[in-house]
Amino acid sequence: MVSAKETSSKEERNENSTTNLSIDKLKKFYHDMLLIRRFEEKAAQLYGMGLIGGFCHLYIGQEAVVTGITSVQKHQDTVVTTYRDHAHMLACDMDPKGIMAELTGRIDGYSRGKGGSMHMFSLEKNFFGGHGIVGAGTSIGTGLGFAHKYKNDDGVAIAYMGDGASNQGQVAECYNMAALWDLPVLFVIENNKYGMGTDVSRSSAGQLYRRGEGYGIPGEQVDGMDVLAVRDAAQQALNYIRSGNGPYILEMMTYRYRGHSMSDPAKYRTKEEVSSMKDERDPIINVKSILLEMDVEENDLKEIDKEIKSIIKESATFAQESPEPPLEDLWTDVLVESK
Amino acid sequence: MPIEILMPALSPTMAEGNLAKWLKSEGDAIESGDVIAEIETDKATMEVEAVDDGVIGKILVPAGTQNVAVNTPIALLLEDGESADSLSDRKSSNKVQPQAYEEANKKEDSPAMSSEQIVGQPTGAVIENRDILYAQGAVIEPPPFDEAAFFTDTKELSVREALRDAMAEEMRADETVYLMGEEVAQYNGAYKVSQGLLDEFGEKRVIDTPITEHGFAGMAVGSAMNGLRPIVEFMTWNFAMQAIDHIINSAAKTLYMAGGKLGCPIVFRGPNGAASRVAAQHSQCFASWYAHVPGLKVIAPWSAADAKGLMKAAIRDPNPVVFLENEMLYGQSFDVPTDENYVIPIGRAKIERTGSDVTITAFSINVGKALKAAEELAKQGIDAEVINLRTLRPLDRWTILESVKKTNRIVSVEEGWPAAGIGAEIAALCCEHVFDYLDAPVTRVCGKDVPMPYAANLEALVLPQSDDIIAAVKKVCYVD
Ligand SMILES: Cc1ncc(C[n+]2csc(CCOP(=O)(O)OP(=O)(O)O)c2C)c(N)n1
Ligand SMILES: [Mg+2]
Repeated sequence: MVSAKETSSKEERNENSTTNLSIDKLKKFYHDMLLIRRFEEKAAQLYGMGLIGGFCHLYIGQEAVVTGITSVQKHQDTVVTTYRDHAHMLACDMDPKGIMAELTGRIDGYSRGKGGSMHMFSLEKNFFGGHGIVGAGTSIGTGLGFAHKYKNDDGVAIAYMGDGASNQGQVAECYNMAALWDLPVLFVIENNKYGMGTDVSRSSAGQLYRRGEGYGIPGEQVDGMDVLAVRDAAQQALNYIRSGNGPYILEMMTYRYRGHSMSDPAKYRTKEEVSSMKDERDPIINVKSILLEMDVEENDLKEIDKEIKSIIKESATFAQESPEPPLEDLWTDVLVESK
Repeated sequence: MPIEILMPALSPTMAEGNLAKWLKSEGDAIESGDVIAEIETDKATMEVEAVDDGVIGKILVPAGTQNVAVNTPIALLLEDGESADSLSDRKSSNKVQPQAYEEANKKEDSPAMSSEQIVGQPTGAVIENRDILYAQGAVIEPPPFDEAAFFTDTKELSVREALRDAMAEEMRADETVYLMGEEVAQYNGAYKVSQGLLDEFGEKRVIDTPITEHGFAGMAVGSAMNGLRPIVEFMTWNFAMQAIDHIINSAAKTLYMAGGKLGCPIVFRGPNGAASRVAAQHSQCFASWYAHVPGLKVIAPWSAADAKGLMKAAIRDPNPVVFLENEMLYGQSFDVPTDENYVIPIGRAKIERTGSDVTITAFSINVGKALKAAEELAKQGIDAEVINLRTLRPLDRWTILESVKKTNRIVSVEEGWPAAGIGAEIAALCCEHVFDYLDAPVTRVCGKDVPMPYAANLEALVLPQSDDIIAAVKKVCYVD
């Protein structure tokens, strides 16, 4: 039956999780999280140079969440998220060059320069956006799950939302329908403690992971700074969903180091709060120290750093060299052409 | 070569700022992510983080410097193995970027391009896409369709039955088509439009939803993105206001935002406009709301034949379609072609009555009122042409304008409020394209500019009646 679990319940899972982990898997986590971090830092730099405009929401600090979940997802699963989406696309194995070129508004971007930071899609990689309206992605994700069930393709829809988004009426509506119809949907609340400048304690009553209880949806709160804890929780949730039990809620306790978007100086929190997260809880440093404890050479990791550096450099160059879309593109893609 | 660290912009509008403080000094080793300086504008103070690893070779702009232009190099970073010697012969490697920034900024100020400028770009290719031509304001002949040929073999059906038959035929033909909405399954539809569909297609494809328009509209959109072709019934369009975010932001805009990579084939349907005596919250025409939105197609049928042929077209269309029915018409019967291939091209109006003295345009229930008015006018010696618009987006500009060229007078009829309505659009079109043909001002017959009252006598005053149409026609014909 339904149970809402707190972080503690996963301690046992964690115990055997590291022991079972191969060094290669851990290195992959390190690689994937670092790729996201370096990508975002580069995006910030290009933004600072005026090459990226508008809203640009960085994922720095939250890397463990999407990395851990994606690592246990199957190829037929679908993903939808909010405007804070660069990392989800990288995790879905979309090409960093195409993402960066979309950020700079160029023709080789995933949306040919017409979507920007918040709106990219890839049918090939089962990534369904990139949505700018808080809460909308959750309904769309529930619909992705509806289609999985309809087509009976053994897929699960993974719908990411923020802590702020979890208060949207449509989220409650979708919990109800997903539970009512046993839809294969994993609802992931990325609780980074703030919705713009509002601390979650000022916006949200009760516990977010327990919001499904009334509908019979199990929920769990997970240390979202620990990629192994995330992976284990996601694996368990996905097994539960894929066995036909209906939806599941994972509340990932995480933290964004940067402001809400590029122009937010984040005055609503103390420097100490930010630096204690960075210094003590950083997901990448965590994995790095596990690897070093396992006697992996520092130099091995340097190789990974180097490889990522060159991927990022290449995508930044690509994103600057790719031309702007031709002016006649203004008119295309409003409608699928009538036959 | 040493890497230049540039003065960053905190926002797209920032052109310069103050370098408040250096947190690192020359010779310090830094790692990507380290905070190296603080900059400030009149609005905010922000930290500058390093994006590369290395050693600060030289600080070019000292702390406390005011008004440092964005993209000015503020320091030089030595990479692994580089020595400070390499600093002397450095060439600026960042020429391209400041320029790009300036260009980007310039563009914001330059006036918006007119459509002519864009159309005139030397693309070499001739635009053949009707939708693009339409968006550019072109008046083009509607898609060819020999409608009369289908009327050789007909059957009398109510609008309600015609809609049901259209959905059933398309559901038989395509497994991915499904119907969802409140009361559509077990109750056979609040207005019995989905009569029998649950029995035939089962609960997998005919789905009763909870009363959660916002959620299920978004869900349907997600399912359309993931390979299905949903038909979403709103019990009435009044309640779709809770879902309008998904209709516009999620359904209509996705294809464009995805650069054409991902579309949303979906039909949103239900009764629109005033029913009878249900007052303000349940009586409103949304035609102009949705007709305003690029990325949507908007249909408002009148006859059962329209309903059948256009519902089939809507379900087959790869784009989101808003299908505005009318409760008062559900029970009315018309001849409907029996041929299952009777699919009316979206964007084609129908001349229901030809005439030479004046053009009357109408859609949905008002087509009937316009035809009644035309009969009465004929008795008085005025020969009116009645155009059933059927599609409101893309509007069949061609048929309207050709008619006006012939009659030189036009009266637009709609149930909605006048402001920014369908009639306002038609008036603008006539001014733009057939101004010289007009012998009288374009005239609108609209719903009165008030919320719908409950009292029978007041309600009748709000809605356009045949008498109102007759009066407007007489006015543009200068007859009294
Ligand atoms: C419906 C809606 N209301 C307001 C906004 C403006 N807005 C954008 S992001 C945001 C905060 C969302 O916070 P949260 O859900 O916690 O996600 P996070 O940004 O922390 O990832 C707001 C209010 C919006 N995009 N959509
Ligand atoms: Mg948040």
